[in-house]
Amino acid sequence: MDGVVLALGQGFNGLSVASLYLLAALGLALSFGLMRVINMAHGELLMLGGYIAYLVMKAVPGTAGLLLALPAAFAGSALLGAAIEATLIRRLAARPLDTLLATWGLSLILQQAARNIFGPIGVEVRAPAWMNTAVAVGPLSFATTRILILALSVVLLAGLALLLTRTRIGLLVRAVNQDRMMAAAVGVDVRRVDMVMFALGSGVAGLAGVALGLLGPVTPTVGQSYIVPAFLVVVMGGLGSITGSTVAAIILGVFTAMVQIFVDVSVAQVLMLLLVIAFIQVRPQGVLAPRTRALDA
Amino acid sequence: MLGFSKGVSRRMVVLLAGAALVSCSKDAGPVKVGVLQSLTGTMAISEVTVKNAELMAIDEINAAGGVLGRKIEAVVEDGASDPVTFSQKAAKLIESNKVVTVFGGWTSASRKAMLPVFQRTNNLLWYPVQFEGNECSPNIMYSGAQPNQQILPAFDWAVAQGYKSYFLVGSDYVFPRTANLILKTHIADRKLATAGEEYVPLGGADFSTVISKIQAAKPDIIFSTLNGDSNVAFFKQLAAAGISTTTLPVMSFSIGEQEAQAMGPQLVQGSYAAWNYFQSLDTPENKAFVAAYKKKYGAEAVVTDPMVHGYINVYQWKAAVEKAASFDPTAVRKAAVALADAPSPMGPIKFATNQSLVQTAYVGQLDAGGQFKIVSKSPTPIAPEPYDRLAFPGKTCAPA
Repeated sequence: MDGVVLALGQGFNGLSVASLYLLAALGLALSFGLMRVINMAHGELLMLGGYIAYLVMKAVPGTAGLLLALPAAFAGSALLGAAIEATLIRRLAARPLDTLLATWGLSLILQQAARNIFGPIGVEVRAPAWMNTAVAVGPLSFATTRILILALSVVLLAGLALLLTRTRIGLLVRAVNQDRMMAAAVGVDVRRVDMVMFALGSGVAGLAGVALGLLGPVTPTVGQSYIVPAFLVVVMGGLGSITGSTVAAIILGVFTAMVQIFVDVSVAQVLMLLLVIAFIQVRPQGVLAPRTRALDA
Repeated sequence: MLGFSKGVSRRMVVLLAGAALVSCSKDAGPVKVGVLQSLTGTMAISEVTVKNAELMAIDEINAAGGVLGRKIEAVVEDGASDPVTFSQKAAKLIESNKVVTVFGGWTSASRKAMLPVFQRTNNLLWYPVQFEGNECSPNIMYSGAQPNQQILPAFDWAVAQGYKSYFLVGSDYVFPRTANLILKTHIADRKLATAGEEYVPLGGADFSTVISKIQAAKPDIIFSTLNGDSNVAFFKQLAAAGISTTTLPVMSFSIGEQEAQAMGPQLVQGSYAAWNYFQSLDTPENKAFVAAYKKKYGAEAVVTDPMVHGYINVYQWKAAVEKAASFDPTAVRKAAVALADAPSPMGPIKFATNQSLVQTAYVGQLDAGGQFKIVSKSPTPIAPEPYDRLAFPGKTCAPA
């Protein structure tokens, strides 16, 4: 009986971890899927979201502050993302290695800037008091914060799905994603689509930063601890597929939570890496490979 | 013939240079010491203040006339939170700056990286931080607590409170692993229970599983050897799971006044910590020290255990130099272990023959202002034991 309770509890913990991985990975999946660029500074967009939440909730504490922090973090990270896209990525997009190096350099600059402004020790985003509770279901208890973060990622996923399938910009994104040159040839403003999607992905990273701030400290390196799982999710999910990323995040989150019943956190991370390596060997195209007619796919 | 005369002249030059060097060192100019802490990087938040305390001691000694009639000149270097940098800077201080001794280090990794340099040059390092023991080099003076001066007194206190079931949480590196190994041996020795033992990577921020396991194990108390920012995540997620420090006490070994301030005192209020010094110690020596530090570095400044260890290290070095009447590191370390009890902000101290410090252990509870209320004090200063008798039987320090 105890074993069942523990497994059920770990199932929830796994979904909670998966929701964090997914929030961190969504923006990456969007930009990677569309532009085939690897943005090493993605973690710092997360960090920015966390610091914005810290500043907003310092000024306006409580629930109102949290409700204000979400759009503020989204807007702040989206703006920085748009600026990165316009100044760096657009100019280097044809050279993947250079993009990698330039965004990595940018990531170091942003980390050091945060260190200079906020100090090397983490700041605390103080969650409203009512969130510091747990919902008890029989012998199980679920932290309210984690339930809310799960809900946030579900809402966000639904929103993105609607955006991509039901709106004009979504149509354009799918067109560019399938065949960039053909889309450009029929008059789609490819650069504008790039910019909008990159900003959107960055904004989602900002939201992820708020979620992380509710669970732990916001530090200059907070993005670094989530960027590796985020890349794993994107790679395992199939390049740029939102559905694939979701499935991959759930697989990885639940897997680590379940193995943690038997081993400690450090070993669980090693096992997670081994799982991804084995998975990529068997299915290099990821959980769901995007169908495309482009020759370079 | 030409070769011979050239040889002579070379030898003459060397002799002359040697004579010049000797006359230089006889000159009563300032004596150089190294101060090597991380001034940048992750550890800077903790180590900059230790540097401040060490420099304050040097300034005080200079104002009172110096050592053996010579002023002390501190050469400050930045270890940059990186063990390799620590070892390079230690070599630079000793070999280029010709310092007679070095005050510094924080992480065990930094100490282990510097150790070969101090052994090769036969210089002396004064190390100010509590650590896991299991090491005694004649080239290091260990003033921070050994496990039997911090971890075991905390355990004794918990046993006296009637806690029977212990949950051990730590960051995954040498100090927590060794500390928990020692704790488990002692818990078993007293016929008590280790309810669980969990490690999280350094800097790790996800405690969902750890907390589920704590909830399932229902321990009486948590002993935490988590380091740095992981502490914030741990306490936050404990609170979010509806566990408060009043229902389930937490004893931490790396949260001091400074960390409590930085993390937000409300978050950690009510939790316990074990150290050899608390800023709230009510002694005339400590009040004078805290007042002097605040005067120099601002009224908001807080004082922590490693800072006081850094401060007393400088004074112990001065006393040892005066006893030995020499700056020679070997003479100084031999004199240092033969000094009498000295008063200090943390109570009477002295270096034992194994070059670790005899000192008092305290347990404190954090209040809302980020200061500790002292709840327990060892009846007498405790002699340092680098090798725990139960966990590492038969191992001792070779006589220095």
